[in-house]
Amino acid sequence: MDRSTSASSSSRLSRSRSWWSMTAKETLAGYLFAAPMLLGLTVFILIPMISLFFISLTKWNFIQGLSGVEMVGLDNFRHLFQDKTFFVSMFNNLKLLLAVPVALFLSLVIAIVVDELVYFKGFFKIIYFMPYISSIVAVAIVFQILFHPSQGPINGFLMSLGIENPPKWLADPTYALPSIMLIIIWTSIGFNMIVYLAGLQAIPKDLYEAAEIDGASKWRQFAAITVPMLSPTTFFLLITGVIYSFKTFDLIAVLTQGGPAKSTNVMVYEIYDQAFVNLKMGYAAAESVFLFAVILLITVLQFWGQKKWVNY
Amino acid sequence: MDQPLKPALPAHSSKPSSGSSVTLTRIIVTAIMLVVGILFLLPFIWMLSASFKTEADVFQYPVQWIPHTWNAIENYRTVWFGDPPFILYYWNSIKVSVMTILLSVAASAMAAYAFSKIKFPGRDTLFVIVLLTFMIPGQALLVPQFIMYRSLGLFDTHIGLVLLESFSALGTFMLRQAFMSIHTEFIESAKIDGAGHARIFMQIALPLVQPFIATYAILRFIWTWNDYQAPLIFLRSPELFTVQLGINRFADATGEYYSLIMAGTCSAILPLLIVFLVAQKHVIGGIALGGVKG
Repeated sequence: MDRSTSASSSSRLSRSRSWWSMTAKETLAGYLFAAPMLLGLTVFILIPMISLFFISLTKWNFIQGLSGVEMVGLDNFRHLFQDKTFFVSMFNNLKLLLAVPVALFLSLVIAIVVDELVYFKGFFKIIYFMPYISSIVAVAIVFQILFHPSQGPINGFLMSLGIENPPKWLADPTYALPSIMLIIIWTSIGFNMIVYLAGLQAIPKDLYEAAEIDGASKWRQFAAITVPMLSPTTFFLLITGVIYSFKTFDLIAVLTQGGPAKSTNVMVYEIYDQAFVNLKMGYAAAESVFLFAVILLITVLQFWGQKKWVNY
Repeated sequence: MDQPLKPALPAHSSKPSSGSSVTLTRIIVTAIMLVVGILFLLPFIWMLSASFKTEADVFQYPVQWIPHTWNAIENYRTVWFGDPPFILYYWNSIKVSVMTILLSVAASAMAAYAFSKIKFPGRDTLFVIVLLTFMIPGQALLVPQFIMYRSLGLFDTHIGLVLLESFSALGTFMLRQAFMSIHTEFIESAKIDGAGHARIFMQIALPLVQPFIATYAILRFIWTWNDYQAPLIFLRSPELFTVQLGINRFADATGEYYSLIMAGTCSAILPLLIVFLVAQKHVIGGIALGGVKG
C-alpha cells in the first residue's frame, strides 16, 4: 500500500514545510472544532464567573442597580472565614458527598443486572430511570408527603412493623440530611444507570468471548474486563456526581429551606440566602468564589488520582 | 446479544445445566427487581393517584392509593383545556428543548473530538477551562447573567433560553471520555488514507460513540424540559412560558391545587418517557464496537 506521508519526501525543505502545514492544519482544525462550545461557554459562563470575582470585592444591594456598588476590598472574605453558619454549611456538603459513591455502586449493580440478568430488560430500564425524569419540584412535594412523620406512608409502614418511634425524617435535625441524601440517591440512580449501560454496551464482546474460551469465571470476567473497561465511565460519573452534590439546591429550597436547625444548610443555599434574601450580593459572591475553590480543589484531586485507576 | 451465561450457582441447584438453572436464576432476579422496582416507583404511583383525586382527598391520611372518588377526567380536562393554556406551554417546552439538544450535541461532540483526537497547542489548558465552567453553581451566576441578558436583548426570548442551556461542559466532558476510548489506530489509518478531520469525525468517530451521543441527547432533553429556574428568571411573557412554569400556575385565589399540579406533572413526564422509550431502542439497536478485526 502506497503510504504518502511527509516522511517519505526526499527534500528536507519540503518535509519541514509540509510538517508545518500539517501542524497548522491540525491547530486550525482543533480550534475550529472547539470554537462553538468555547465561544458559548465564554460568553454565557466565563464572563459572568469573572464578574463574580469583581463583585466579591464589593458591598452591593443589586436592587439599587449599579449605583449601589461599594468597593470594600477583601472585607467579605475576612468575614467569610469567621462565619460559623457558612462553615456548618460546608460541613453539610461534605456529608452530602457520601451519597455519591453509594449511588454509583447501586447504579452499577442495577445496570449490570438489567443488562444481563433479567427478562424484560427494556421495561426495567424505564422503571429505574423514571425517578430521574421527574421535575425536582414534583419530587420534593411527593417526598414531603411520603416522609411525613406521623401520617406519611413510610412511617406508617415502619410503625406497622412494630417500630414505635420511627425517625421524624425531614423534621429531625439528625435525619434531615440523610433523608435528602436518600432522595438524591433515588433520583441519580437513573442517570448513572443509563450512562453505565452505554458504557457496558461499548465494551467489545470479543473480550468476553476470549475470556470465556480461556475458562474465566463470571466474577473474574467482571473484575478483569468490565470494571477496568468501565473506569472512564466511573470516573466521569464520580466527577459529575460530586459536582452535582455541591449544586443541590432545588430540593433543599422546597423541602427544608436549610433546616431544621441548619442541618440541611448547604453552601449553595447560604449563597442564595445571602444574595436574594439578605440582599448582600457582594458577600454572596465571596461565598461563591470560596465554593468554586472547594469544588476546584476536589476535582483537581480526582483528576490527579485518575492516573492511578482509570484505563483508556 | 446472548452470551453463554454460566449460572451463578444458586444454592439449590447441584448440576449447572445450561438450561433450567439459568432460567431459574433469571426468573428469581427478575422477580426481585420487580419488587424493588415497585418500591422505587412509589413516589410516582402517589403522583399518578393524586392526579386522579379531588383536591380534598390528595392529602388524606392514611394515603388512599386508589382514589375513593375519581376526579381524573375533571382534573385532566382542567389542566389541558382550561386556563392557563397548557398546550402552549407544552409546545414552548418542545421548541426550546429540541433547539437546545441540536445545538448542544453539535457543539459538545465537536469540542469533545477536538479535545481528544486533535493535537493543538493550548488544548489541555482549554479543556481545563471548560471543566472550570462546570464547577460553579448556576445560582451564583444568576445576577451577572441576568444583567448581561437584559443588555444583550436576550431577556424574555426563547433563543436566550436555548443559548443558556446549550453550553455546558458536561456534554464535552462525557463525549471526550467516549472519544478517548476509541483506539487511535482508526484515526491514524484514516489519516494515512488522506482523510481530514471533518471526514474522520463524521464517518468514523461519531458513529463509534453513538450510544454516548444518544445518552447525552436524552439527558439534555430531560434537563432542559425539567428546568424550572432558568425559565423562571429569564422569561417574563406568559405566552413564552414552558411547561414547568405552567404547572405551578394551577392555583386560584385560595391557594394551589395539588391535584391539578400533579395532573400537570404527570402530563409533563409523558414526552420524557416517550423520548426515552424511542431513544433507548436505538441505543440497544446495536453498535458493535468491533475493535480491530484481525
